Amino acid sequence: MDKIVRNLAIGLTLLIILAPLGLLAVGETFGEWGPEELQEKLGFVPPGLEQLSGLWNAPMSDYAFPGDGESMTVSAAAYILSGVIGAVVCGSLLYVVGKKVAKN
Amino acid sequence: MHIPDGYLGPYTYIAFWIIMIPIWYYAGKKLNTELKSRQVPLLALSAAFTFVIMMFNVPIPGGSTGHAVGGAIIAIVLGPWAALVTISVALVLQALMFGDGGITAIAANCFNMGVVMPFVAYYAYKLISGNSEITSSKRIIASAIAGYLSLTMAAFFTGVEFGIQPILHHTAAGVPLYMPYPLSVTIPAMVIEHVLGFGFLEALITALIFAYIRRTDTSLIYGEISEAQKNEMKRAVPT
Repeated sequence: MDKIVRNLAIGLTLLIILAPLGLLAVGETFGEWGPEELQEKLGFVPPGLEQLSGLWNAPMSDYAFPGDGESMTVSAAAYILSGVIGAVVCGSLLYVVGKKVAKN
Repeated sequence: MHIPDGYLGPYTYIAFWIIMIPIWYYAGKKLNTELKSRQVPLLALSAAFTFVIMMFNVPIPGGSTGHAVGGAIIAIVLGPWAALVTISVALVLQALMFGDGGITAIAANCFNMGVVMPFVAYYAYKLISGNSEITSSKRIIASAIAGYLSLTMAAFFTGVEFGIQPILHHTAAGVPLYMPYPLSVTIPAMVIEHVLGFGFLEALITALIFAYIRRTDTSLIYGEISEAQKNEMKRAVPT
């Protein structure tokens, strides 16, 4: 049991380190365009979409540091940091809650 | 597959909040009664894993990028309710902290990736496995198909939610207010890239992790019991 958890955790760590490879993937994701991209595609931005799209400013939007024009190295570092934050926050939250509610 | 803010109109995103609140509540209760101590480390790892695999973008031919979710393997190992909770936690953090998926769309995204996916995966796996032994190779195939099918179904639901927007919300002149593309565009777009691309990735991840966990300890898999428990049950049967 401990061995499985250890090995899966090693696999997860590797995955976090390799995640910036995804930054090399150029291409768009259907239905996740920003207002500017829609303007280009359609010639207009749907008004409701434009209003709602600015609703929330995430602190590390798109898994990057705030501000733009970063080098690939900085982007990769931000990406790895995001993975670490995500893994630690999700993992520890579920661990603490799990310990509280688990039956033997 | 993370729907951003602005793509779903209020009818849709509010409806999903109304659907999801009781589902989350029930999932929490379910976890409270079912979760065993030895599953806790796997539960924590699962939440971390689904977060990371969802940010791992992969390109497919045709110029699109996307990702796996990990929802199938979590549902097979920890059960669909635990998968729902872990995926929801990861999606909420992705929306709040990293702007991946909208705030208004959290409930819809949790429905697609946290409800549709784990339940389709779990029942597909169960159905294909049938009465086969936990150690049979049929189970590996079942896990792979569960991964493939469940991600594709989640994509299909996302496509439907996108595609109903121009019907639900438009100006008097017919200008769409939210997602502008109709069902005839959104469903094929969402489904085809998952059928031809990301579904295989999900299948591979599901089968690999399933094979690894099963080889080490079959009793860790949801609904399976350990050898010691089996022997105990045999002894308990009156002869």
